[in-house]
Amino acid sequence: MTAPRRTRDRQRLIETLAGYGFAMPAFVLLLLTNIVPLLVLLYLSFTNYQLGALDWHFLGLDNFRKALGDPVLRRSLTNTFVYVAIVLPGAVGLALLVAVLLHRRKRTRAIYEVIYFLPVTSTLIAMATVWQFILHPKLGPVNGVLKALGFGEVAFLSEPSLVLPTLAAIGIWQLIGFNMVLFLAGLSAIPRDLYEAAEIDGCHSGVDRFLTITWPLLGPTTMFVIVTTSITAFKVFDTVAVMTRGGPMGSSEVLLYAIYLEGYQYFHMGYAAALTLIFLAFVLVFSILQTIVLERRVHYA
Amino acid sequence: MASVTLQSISKSFGATEVLSGIDLAIADGEFLTLVGASGCGKSTLIRIIAGLEPQTSGSVLIDGKPVDHLRPHERHLAMVFQSYALYPHMRVFGNIALPLVMSRLNLAERLPVMRLFSPRRRRVMAEIERDVRAVAKQLQIEALLDRRPAQLSGGQRQRVALGRAMVRQPAAFLMDEPLSNLDAKLRVHMRSELAELHARLGTTFIYVTHDQVEAMTMSDRVAMMDGGTILQLGRPSELYARPASIKVAQFIGTPAINLLPANAAADGTVELFGSALPLRMRRAGALTLGIRPEAIVAAPPGTQRAGLHMLPARLRRSENLGAEHILHADLVAPASGTIVCSYEGDPDELTHDARGIALLFPPDKCHLFDADGQRVDFEPAVASVRALHA
Repeated sequence: MTAPRRTRDRQRLIETLAGYGFAMPAFVLLLLTNIVPLLVLLYLSFTNYQLGALDWHFLGLDNFRKALGDPVLRRSLTNTFVYVAIVLPGAVGLALLVAVLLHRRKRTRAIYEVIYFLPVTSTLIAMATVWQFILHPKLGPVNGVLKALGFGEVAFLSEPSLVLPTLAAIGIWQLIGFNMVLFLAGLSAIPRDLYEAAEIDGCHSGVDRFLTITWPLLGPTTMFVIVTTSITAFKVFDTVAVMTRGGPMGSSEVLLYAIYLEGYQYFHMGYAAALTLIFLAFVLVFSILQTIVLERRVHYA
Repeated sequence: MASVTLQSISKSFGATEVLSGIDLAIADGEFLTLVGASGCGKSTLIRIIAGLEPQTSGSVLIDGKPVDHLRPHERHLAMVFQSYALYPHMRVFGNIALPLVMSRLNLAERLPVMRLFSPRRRRVMAEIERDVRAVAKQLQIEALLDRRPAQLSGGQRQRVALGRAMVRQPAAFLMDEPLSNLDAKLRVHMRSELAELHARLGTTFIYVTHDQVEAMTMSDRVAMMDGGTILQLGRPSELYARPASIKVAQFIGTPAINLLPANAAADGTVELFGSALPLRMRRAGALTLGIRPEAIVAAPPGTQRAGLHMLPARLRRSENLGAEHILHADLVAPASGTIVCSYEGDPDELTHDARGIALLFPPDKCHLFDADGQRVDFEPAVASVRALHA
């Protein structure tokens, strides 16, 4: 081995060490906050650990086997998907509509932005209480209006067929502001030239301009909004916990609420951990699927 | 094909007036260039013609008919934007086809799902494809039809933008600085292509640029704009040979015209740095004398030639352009100021250590402007005769 080569090796070693050294703090943080909890969760899902218990047994895949046959899990999964199926088109479509309407407003835009964004900044738990009052069959103003118009009293939160759409409407109300801001950002990124060129080329109606320019060019934004919205909707919990507690008769029992019940009401931490893993798997599959499907359509820039 | 007429077009944004009373008649098939520095209102004017911007007052006529109430697409004009404004999500084919799709298919036939039920759509799309391919062939971009704008070079994008404008055979082409995003070499190339395209199509071209070379090389007529008005309208050679004002003289021609302070004495004789020129004015007063760089002959110091006026100067710097040199010289007392002139030869043979040179120019090649910057005519013949008799 020659002398220069030895120096080079030494330099490379120092560089490698320095590299790992610099990466270490971030890696340790990642390990402590993400990877270790995930591993603990994975381990718990193989046990029958109960919160506060001093000993527990290793069960293998028993928890997952139990989950497959669990009617509560099946029902809460179905409810969650129904909820997402209502919230996703509602929160994306309405936010897009609001954004398109606001985009060209000059003086009033700021006011409307704030109004639509208010629900995002408020605490959903507190807002859920307000909604509970608003929708109350006897005291709530919504039913007051319905009654004044000659309709019957509607029990939004205690009628099994209405409770999920009602919760979904609140979910949409809460998400529109955030999605609107994302869409507004996407809209401002579309060059004005394109609209003018389209106008000269014959896209004179709003529908034509939207279909020719706005919608295709918002593709990347829309993909992002759809992914974040569906994940947020999939994680619905606050409104259920405060307003319905999964009721009536489990008709608003959603996945996260079922996990919460198992873990913190029945203290079946092992089983709750297994359900959480199932939940994570769904979210993961969800985002991968959407990314792949939508990526194919929006890749141009 | 059509003529375009502007009748006292004015445009204000709030209190700021950007165009004031523009009158302009553009003949059918003419290549007219609106040229001026940025902020002169030329882009606003072309946008008013296109219908993208409403004028505050005045009227736009196409083929003699007012179009002020018509939407942009109803004016049958095509526009090429500085940014090309290609639709990034469409392939080249889709970009060129869009104007035809919009005009030949109705809304139901264009909607994503509805169009599947249209029997007419297939036939019309086949026609559109034929037309698009014909235009693509003319512009030699057939091979690019399946690409997206992001995959194209600047010159190719420029062609696609032209194709999109050409495909529906517009009444006139509006071009808003179409070459400014290209590199210098490509710009020169596209300049001649555009001129050829205009000759081939024979359609009216209204072209906006801040580059006087583009204006000079391509246009039938040039309208030089400044501060929302047209300073001078005429053939490129007229603007060059008889600029109506100092601003026009400064803008047209590279290197820029040399301007020197002069004055007309009480008897009308034009004096430059205290010595009389054989030129006569009708009225006395301060003048600005303009002389183009190529009208000046540089010679070894002290040279005098019959019929030429001599200014002694000191050579500061020379730029070698290959075919010629551009000389930058400082005038020496009693004259003062800087002169730029061209010189075909080696400037080192012209002068020695002191860098002294003589700058000679024919007095009748001078342009004279009054205190307001407007062109004033002199009477060289009379003056020369008088000088001979003196």
